[in-house]
Amino acid sequence: MLRLGDDTLVLAQRLGEWCGHAPILEEDIALTNISLDLLGRTQNYLKLAGKLHQPTKSDDDLAFHRDSEEFRNLLILEQPNGHFGDTICRQFLFDNFSLLLAGHLASQEVNTEIAAIAAKAIKEIRYHVDHSSKWMLRLGAGTSESHGKIQGSLDKLWQYTDEMFLIDEVTSAAIESGLFPDLSTLKSRWLDNVMSTLSEAGLSIPSNADMKYGGRNGNHTPHLSEMLEVMQVLPRTYPGTTW
Amino acid sequence: MINPESHKIVEAVKRQLEDVMDPELPFLTIGEMGMLRDVYYEGDHTVIVLTPTYSGCPATDIISEDSLKAARVVDPKAEVAISMRPAWTTDWISKETRAKMEANGIAPPLGSSNDRAFLTGEGKIVPCPLCKSKNTKMISAFGSTACKASFTCLDCSEPFEHFKCI
Repeated sequence: MLRLGDDTLVLAQRLGEWCGHAPILEEDIALTNISLDLLGRTQNYLKLAGKLHQPTKSDDDLAFHRDSEEFRNLLILEQPNGHFGDTICRQFLFDNFSLLLAGHLASQEVNTEIAAIAAKAIKEIRYHVDHSSKWMLRLGAGTSESHGKIQGSLDKLWQYTDEMFLIDEVTSAAIESGLFPDLSTLKSRWLDNVMSTLSEAGLSIPSNADMKYGGRNGNHTPHLSEMLEVMQVLPRTYPGTTW
Repeated sequence: MINPESHKIVEAVKRQLEDVMDPELPFLTIGEMGMLRDVYYEGDHTVIVLTPTYSGCPATDIISEDSLKAARVVDPKAEVAISMRPAWTTDWISKETRAKMEANGIAPPLGSSNDRAFLTGEGKIVPCPLCKSKNTKMISAFGSTACKASFTCLDCSEPFEHFKCI
């Protein structure tokens, strides 16, 4: 639960950093709208996670009063925004994963609260996938400059993709119970979907990427603590403050 | 068993809620938007069941507060319960409400959310709510609020918003 909530929280914060900085107004609005959807999902997941916590915690406690090593998000999501192509590529890789995962979470019957959150999320993620996939096509099949840049983004981010399908103690228990789908099957479905857009965009994946893991255990890149410093400064400086 | 006293309170709360508007579409009530799912009496107070439109819609909190404020005039102990399941859908917006949206310059959702082609706006014609021209173009699937996409009319050149099917 914490993993699901942290994934969307960290990505929502990263996308929010684009507010007022995106290359065109429509994209400024799109990226922050997507951020808002992710933040909504975060609140739902972190509220659930907080209820299970001993003693119970609120979604805000979890978001603002944990340090980076207590976060369980994927490494790919905490990477800095880079240029627009880097952000789009990260989004594209994650959106496709989110859609497949939400498809399973919405239909499983082990946890009905998660199923309700996921059922709502699917409708929103379809828009996100549509948005990031179309940009992958435009940038990949655009000018030689855009192609070069987006291929560079893919080369850089690919090493973080296998972590989405990591089978460890937590996920294997979740798979066992039926809450989670079989992640190796999910991976091949994800690869099919992602590859079909990438090949249409004329992009190729790096053949010998050295896959990176660690986010799920709290071993993050330094980028996360830098990001959290900004995100958490207000509630930590003025605990309990309200608007 | 229907208790006549609590039934009366529920009816009074329902009447109060008829004046609660969607803060982002201030000409529509939360009932018309399909967000108000149920009002019932439990124990010693009324429960108002609301379903949010989008996961992160910031209007949800305001709508809860406004509903409570309106309901507590007749039942000081009224409470709000947020229901996520079934997920909100534009299918809950009636024909009459869609017409109101159009009259207020917002192109209403077209067709049913089950139709995948309608989902992303691809291959669908969204008529301009101002000049009714069908010669329009989607600028972005995202807009000023989570629920709307940005369009422009190629005939009257007016930008307008389309309420997305979800």
